[in-house]
Amino acid sequence: MFVLMEARGLHKNFGTFEAVRGIDLTLKKGEVLGFLGPNGAGKTTTMKMLTGFLAPSSGSATICGQLVTTGNYKARSKVGYLPEGAPLYGDMTTRSFLRFMASAHGIAQEEAYQIVESAASAVHLENVMEQRVETLSKGYTRRVGLAAAIMHSPDVLILDEPTDGLDPNQKHEVRRLIQAMSVDRGIIISTHILEEVDALCTRAVIINKGQIVADGTPSQLKVMSRYCNAVTLVVLTEEAEKIASAVRRVGGVREIEAANEGTYVRLTILAQDDVDIVDSINDIAGLSNWNIQQFSVETGRLDDVFGRLTNDGGY
Amino acid sequence: MSHVWTIFRRELTAYFMTPVAYVYLTIFLVMQGLFTFNLGQFYVREQADLAAFFAYHPRLYLFLIPAISMRLWAEERKTGTIELLLTLPIPVGAVVTGKYLAAVAFTAFALVLTFPIWITVNWLGNPDNGVIAVGYFGSLLMAGAYLAIGSAMSALTKNQVVAFILGVSLCFLFVAAGMPMVLNVFEGWLPATVMSAIANLSFLTHFSNLQKGVISLADMIYFVGVILMWLWATRLIVETKRESG
Repeated sequence: MFVLMEARGLHKNFGTFEAVRGIDLTLKKGEVLGFLGPNGAGKTTTMKMLTGFLAPSSGSATICGQLVTTGNYKARSKVGYLPEGAPLYGDMTTRSFLRFMASAHGIAQEEAYQIVESAASAVHLENVMEQRVETLSKGYTRRVGLAAAIMHSPDVLILDEPTDGLDPNQKHEVRRLIQAMSVDRGIIISTHILEEVDALCTRAVIINKGQIVADGTPSQLKVMSRYCNAVTLVVLTEEAEKIASAVRRVGGVREIEAANEGTYVRLTILAQDDVDIVDSINDIAGLSNWNIQQFSVETGRLDDVFGRLTNDGGY
Repeated sequence: MSHVWTIFRRELTAYFMTPVAYVYLTIFLVMQGLFTFNLGQFYVREQADLAAFFAYHPRLYLFLIPAISMRLWAEERKTGTIELLLTLPIPVGAVVTGKYLAAVAFTAFALVLTFPIWITVNWLGNPDNGVIAVGYFGSLLMAGAYLAIGSAMSALTKNQVVAFILGVSLCFLFVAAGMPMVLNVFEGWLPATVMSAIANLSFLTHFSNLQKGVISLADMIYFVGVILMWLWATRLIVETKRESG
């Protein structure tokens, strides 16, 4: 796959504080890369360096082969950027703001009208085109920022929390838009919402204290979870204790979590590392005469991986 | 050039998008009137010229011009739009120039609105309109120097009040260098050449010829030099902030 963006050894110090400590990152065409990490992990600082807004203390990044970290303004034309909180010129109307952005991207006046209208309709801004940006709701503001980021069809899109402040329908809409746009470009999104990674990202990078602690597809990351290959049984409450004690004796079982769901109990049976307990549980369930409502095997949970990698005292 | 034009247009429109511009223009005109007619004793002089009008510009601009320039960069930093602006495919130099020229254009507009005073002298007497035209040109040129200083001060901070105070302070140095109160301090113990060098740093010294209708190369070079130097400083500050975060 064609490499669109490459960062090598990015460091950023603010005084004595090391915000980013050696980030290596590659973004390929067609990828939607989820940038995850707790607050203050260095996500936004890294994104600011990738867009050329901040100069790294050391290291470099290229976009389509052009160095962007040196402040080269030409390289910036390849990037569409939605900064954190989507700061916009509040005194302008949506249309005049988007026209300004088109002009700043060097789009000729004849084409600008068409481009602005189609970017606006992609994120459903038709009703607020003549409204001043400062009077828009948080969701609309985010969408104006998004329209501005995509209008010049950049090769790389860097979106800092693009769905923050949107209602569930708008979130869905924006995710669909991001997915559609990812076909012929590379996209980096930072997010706190882990379902978003599952729904949207082809790859996820977890960053903690300025360093990458995990990098892989969402399913590769899930394998690192304690819940990978965990077996979930939904059983009658009166049988729960009996079943739990029988299952606990199965080799390779590390732990059983029980959650009460009225007349049923959900038992989540976690396996020890690298042990497959699915068959053993299946066998014992078949032999015993238990009333099992549901038998399922988990692929793993991202929130568990996230917690384990970013919570210092263990999870 | 198109980059500069894009920034210029946005900036200039931004001035008129808020009531601040209209409040400012009103104060600008009222102050001009007060200084010209009261302090400048426009009628008492009984001369059909605008000497009383231009004479107070260096002092008037000391407060009025940093009020225009204070928002140039500080506001962008405060609202976070600086991130949007500096990640556009536009060189920093073009952003600095575009913003600066918009501030100059706004000042020029404020100056144009003082036209009733020009009509008044023409109605009352027979002034030399060439001298007046040079006076206006000189006044705008000097305002340009104030604005360039103000732009650099605005780039230093995200607080507009701080930008204003820094702007006034630095501009004051450039005005005060030519004032008798400063020159008198040095008189007697500094050689005459040093004295004239200090006086030559002042806006007052270089504006005095222009307000009389005299265009000299030295004054042109001085003002253009000051403007370029401070615009360059603005650019340097913006780029340094990129490094330091």
